[in-house]
Amino acid sequence: MGRALMTEEIVVEAVGLTKEFRKFRSRPGLAGAFADLFARRYQVVRAVDRVDLVVRRGEMVGYLGPNGAGKSTTIRLLAGILVPTSGLLRVNGMVPWRERERFARTIGVVFGQRSQLWYDLAVRESFRLLQRIYRVPEEDFRRQYGFLAEALDLDPLLEVPVRHLSLGQRMRCELAAALLHDPPLLFLDEPTIGLDVVAKRRIRAFLRELNRRRGVTVLLTTHDLGDIEALCERAVILDRGRVIFDGPLAELRSGPGGSLEEVVHAIYQGQLQHGGGERGAASGLR
Amino acid sequence: MLHPAYVELARSRFLTLLAYRENFWTGIAVYIVYIGAYHFLWQAIYEGREALGGLTPAQMTSYLAVAWMARAFYFNHLDREIAAEIRDGRVAIELIRPYNYLAAKLAAALGEGVFRLVFFALPGMAVACALFPVRLPPAQVWPAFFLALFLSYWVNALVNVLTGLAAFFLLDNSGLMHARRVLVDLFSGLYLPLSFYPAWAREVLGFLPFQAIAYLPNLAFAGGLRGGALARALAVQALWIGVLALAAAALWRVAHRRLAVQGG
Repeated sequence: MGRALMTEEIVVEAVGLTKEFRKFRSRPGLAGAFADLFARRYQVVRAVDRVDLVVRRGEMVGYLGPNGAGKSTTIRLLAGILVPTSGLLRVNGMVPWRERERFARTIGVVFGQRSQLWYDLAVRESFRLLQRIYRVPEEDFRRQYGFLAEALDLDPLLEVPVRHLSLGQRMRCELAAALLHDPPLLFLDEPTIGLDVVAKRRIRAFLRELNRRRGVTVLLTTHDLGDIEALCERAVILDRGRVIFDGPLAELRSGPGGSLEEVVHAIYQGQLQHGGGERGAASGLR
Repeated sequence: MLHPAYVELARSRFLTLLAYRENFWTGIAVYIVYIGAYHFLWQAIYEGREALGGLTPAQMTSYLAVAWMARAFYFNHLDREIAAEIRDGRVAIELIRPYNYLAAKLAAALGEGVFRLVFFALPGMAVACALFPVRLPPAQVWPAFFLALFLSYWVNALVNVLTGLAAFFLLDNSGLMHARRVLVDLFSGLYLPLSFYPAWAREVLGFLPFQAIAYLPNLAFAGGLRGGALARALAVQALWIGVLALAAAALWRVAHRRLAVQGG
């Protein structure tokens, strides 16, 4: 196999990816507030800390970690929303933030906690607007919409203003909105948050179909281990910005405790030693 | 470069506002009250004098009427929109789209401007002409006036963009945004033509972008700018658009690096 083909298969490649935020620290009291006027004190917070990550075409990777571990920040770096402080990053063969406008055509992004639809417009008009923004030719748009409408049962929702959609209905539309331009790579940041069992299952089934039949590479963050079990063969666990586990889901399941939840809980609590960390390529439990 | 995405953004803003067009009728009423109040105030100040600051009473009334109605066109809340999107993280959604963030904001605001022109400024001007002795300029002035008005939209919008982007660098830029509104109205010549300011102030204001927002197009309308002076005024506007656009692009580049989307 040629080298060119090998690298072509790599969709996401991050080496030492780091993002630091500067946080303003106010001093207490009136005198403190006055002092803040002249000399602000900042605290540097490292949200993502030297993360190495490789995702290959067709993979479905679950990105786990306790609240504040840096999952969402990583997704935002990979999607070109944030500019890394240091490290190397290539996604779909591009540096996301540097070639952001071109790069944006090759990815789909869904934020469970944020809508990308136009609140005042009907769903149909939001889709039309996205078609023009992404310059999707009419024929391609029809084909892709046909696939999405069938898989997500969108037709009954088309004339409804976005503000009148239930959360489950809205998430189906959000997924469609992220995929209308048929991107080969999809980022999902907590796509099932707040959804009931029926809506969750439907979205999982759709994502599986999208991955298996369309070959779309998916990277998703979630707190719902059910999502991971239903969808992913590989999990990456992040804690305080660092990758503390990266390997097959089966390996996590077979850890002490028996169930995925027990093992993940133990890792979050720091009760399990794990590979990776300073040694770079992270894998395996000890 | 007329990218279809930007045209579409302008169009959708126009259509969204169309659903709320009743909101603008009260705006017309309020602006007419302003024009009336300043008209009668200036009548008292003129006290039968032929001209003040180079303007006759009729020119002054025309200046006031067009100043307020021009404001109805170029005014927008771009600064508040941008600052709010940065603060609550909605900017993340804008950054996953294949367009330039600032260009998209400006395009939507232009859609709003066209809406305001059609449903606010033009009917408002008709009402003002019916109520007050407004003298419409001769036909040959109109093209230059509309060109100047179009340029004033961009100067004002870019000032707003810069004020909004300050949200990246200040803990709270609401004071700055409020100051921007007062300063633009005062220094752009909305309340009174800049020719009434003392010489030193005129000197200073000549180096600021605000005059390019209102004073220059309004003076053209009132018949106070002809020939070479008109060309010079348009050149000054174009120059400010260039300078402010470069500043906005540079500020955005720095801001994107510092962006910290909260939550999630």
